[in-house]
Amino acid sequence: MTQIAESTRADIPPQAPTRGGIGDLLRQTEINFRLFGMLVALGVILVTFHVWSGGTFLRPENMMSLAVQASGIAVISTGMVLVIVSRNIDLSVGSIVGIVAMTYAVLMTDILPHVVGLGVDFPFRWLIALVLGVGLGVGIGALQGFIIAYIGVPSFIVTLGGLLSIRGVVWYFSRGAAVTGLDTDFRLIGGGAEGSIGGPTTWLVAAAASLAIIGLLYYNRRRRRRYGFPLRPMWAEVLLACLGVLFVLGLAWVANNNFWPRGAAEQYARANNIEIPAGGLFIPSGFPYPVVIVIAVTLIMTWVATRRRFGRYVYAYGGNPDAAELAGINTRWTIMKTFMLIGGLCAIAGAIAAARLNGATLDIGLSYELYVIAAAVIGGTSFAGGIGTIPGAVLGAFVMQAIAYGLSYVGVNSPGQNVVAGLVLILAVGFDTWNRRRGS
Amino acid sequence: MSGMEEIAMTDQRATPLVEMRNINVAFGGVRAVQDASIELFGGEVVGLVGHNGAGKSTLMRVLSGAHPADSGEILIDGRPAMIRNPRDAKTYAIETIYQNLALADNLDAPGNLFLGRELTTRIGQLDDSSMESETRKVMQRLNPNFKRFRQAAVSLSGGQRQAIAIARAVYFNARIMIMDEPTAALGPAETAQVHTLVRQLKSEGIGIFLISHDIHDVFDLSDRIGVMYQGRIVETVQREGVTADDVLAMIIVGKRPEQLTSLEKAQLSV
Repeated sequence: MTQIAESTRADIPPQAPTRGGIGDLLRQTEINFRLFGMLVALGVILVTFHVWSGGTFLRPENMMSLAVQASGIAVISTGMVLVIVSRNIDLSVGSIVGIVAMTYAVLMTDILPHVVGLGVDFPFRWLIALVLGVGLGVGIGALQGFIIAYIGVPSFIVTLGGLLSIRGVVWYFSRGAAVTGLDTDFRLIGGGAEGSIGGPTTWLVAAAASLAIIGLLYYNRRRRRRYGFPLRPMWAEVLLACLGVLFVLGLAWVANNNFWPRGAAEQYARANNIEIPAGGLFIPSGFPYPVVIVIAVTLIMTWVATRRRFGRYVYAYGGNPDAAELAGINTRWTIMKTFMLIGGLCAIAGAIAAARLNGATLDIGLSYELYVIAAAVIGGTSFAGGIGTIPGAVLGAFVMQAIAYGLSYVGVNSPGQNVVAGLVLILAVGFDTWNRRRGS
Repeated sequence: MSGMEEIAMTDQRATPLVEMRNINVAFGGVRAVQDASIELFGGEVVGLVGHNGAGKSTLMRVLSGAHPADSGEILIDGRPAMIRNPRDAKTYAIETIYQNLALADNLDAPGNLFLGRELTTRIGQLDDSSMESETRKVMQRLNPNFKRFRQAAVSLSGGQRQAIAIARAVYFNARIMIMDEPTAALGPAETAQVHTLVRQLKSEGIGIFLISHDIHDVFDLSDRIGVMYQGRIVETVQREGVTADDVLAMIIVGKRPEQLTSLEKAQLSV
């Protein structure tokens, strides 16, 4: 009896959870304090605009178009995290988006159907264009990365040069003209009513994601138990599972309460001989493809950053370049790969942008670099190197977009939006710096 | 000592674990290491002493692959070895514990211990659980009080960081260990711990190059002492054959005691 009592006492950690409060809750559940703070900030921003707009802002259609607008920046920011974590910068992302988007447009409208001779009706033209475009993005990244890592020119200079010269190449590429009229399949990548996965699929995806969350929590707990490591309290595991599932289902609910525009729905009904009900036809859109892409990229990049050797080396290099080198890591190749990766992500963002526009203009992707860097930094990436998370940067992108979208929704013009965005960037990083200094 | 042991000993002495021959390193016009030759046998500690800039660290950086030699030869077990980078050095089971405790500050203990040689699952995923488990095992041996397995290295003390650096060498079965000022960042208790560890590693047959400013460290631990002066190795002496004053004289003047002029002797004894 005494033995049991004693062992129970020994199990209580030195700082027993008697203090309560939110800090303790976060500690017990091992929720990342920064990410939690950003989610709260995002919520506050959305609610503020809801009140400001007289209660019309928080509607599914607004949330979905906000998410679609943030998607390109969010996708690239996941790569920018790794670039900044390894003490570099990529200023050329906007120009890479521009040249890749123009490549898609020229390939689909001219080169593939007419020059190569696949014809106008060839079905997989969009896929060929996509593969070539991603290859181009990775290739540009490889070239810049090689100059930075192997020749040793500072990344700021190399990518500043890239920013200027690649944008110039776009002009030559299209002979100064905008190119429009992309394949209909390709345009789905840009979202919209057709470019969404639909209601039932959305619920299926949400259900699968919920199961995956529970499965991962269970798997990790079992693993830690097998090795005899300290475990989270059971209530914390249950709480995490509930929060995760609620979050996923909430997203799906929002997506499925965003309906097809009336015109599109009626057209669809006529085409399929469906009778339009008296109250109007409501077809749930579900997740738009750009949002699906953002979710997939976030998951994959988080996995790469935290569960792969490459990611570990990027962080190690950022923390101490000498230590990484002395540990036998091929640091140059690691750095070059970060630039190839961000080049590929620019190509994905370029596809979303071109698909939304149904073509490419000369200024597509213009000043993306600023928003991407801002998103990464607001998301907690430090220019000192070694610190930054992928989900943080994605949240950062959504925070930036929420502010821009909200301001334009309540009627603030674009210069005003820029003023606020700039101030928010400085405030966010200032707060973070102050918080870290206090913490250390 | 019986005859058998003597024979065994000479046999062991026949092929050094490491033999560095006529190593030269220049940084621009500065000849950091000039024509330096040194040997290391298994189960032996060779102390390297000298002023700042005498070339001790540079000579060892050549062996650890951190800096290539301009000329010279390295033999491991009597066979020529190509050491062009730290990865090559690791293939010869050469592990280095650096003066600045080369750790990535943002990674935790397992992350640092396995840096560059991570354990992975079958599909190439980092296996953090087994890395943490292995780290717990090896730290249990080296520093049983260590509990902060999931904290970034930046929040650890000098001794804890040193323990991780040494654990890295021990875990990967180093045969040749280079310790560059291993106790410089440590307090007295932690220094004593390192001393115990060095003796233990030595008894396991590991050859150790020990760079230190602390002449007591060197006399305490070394079997032989190599004195460097302006990039050259003045002399490598048996510890029993010299006094601390002899070694200090060599460090300061760069000559063997018997070569000192009476004037230099007079200056030194003041």
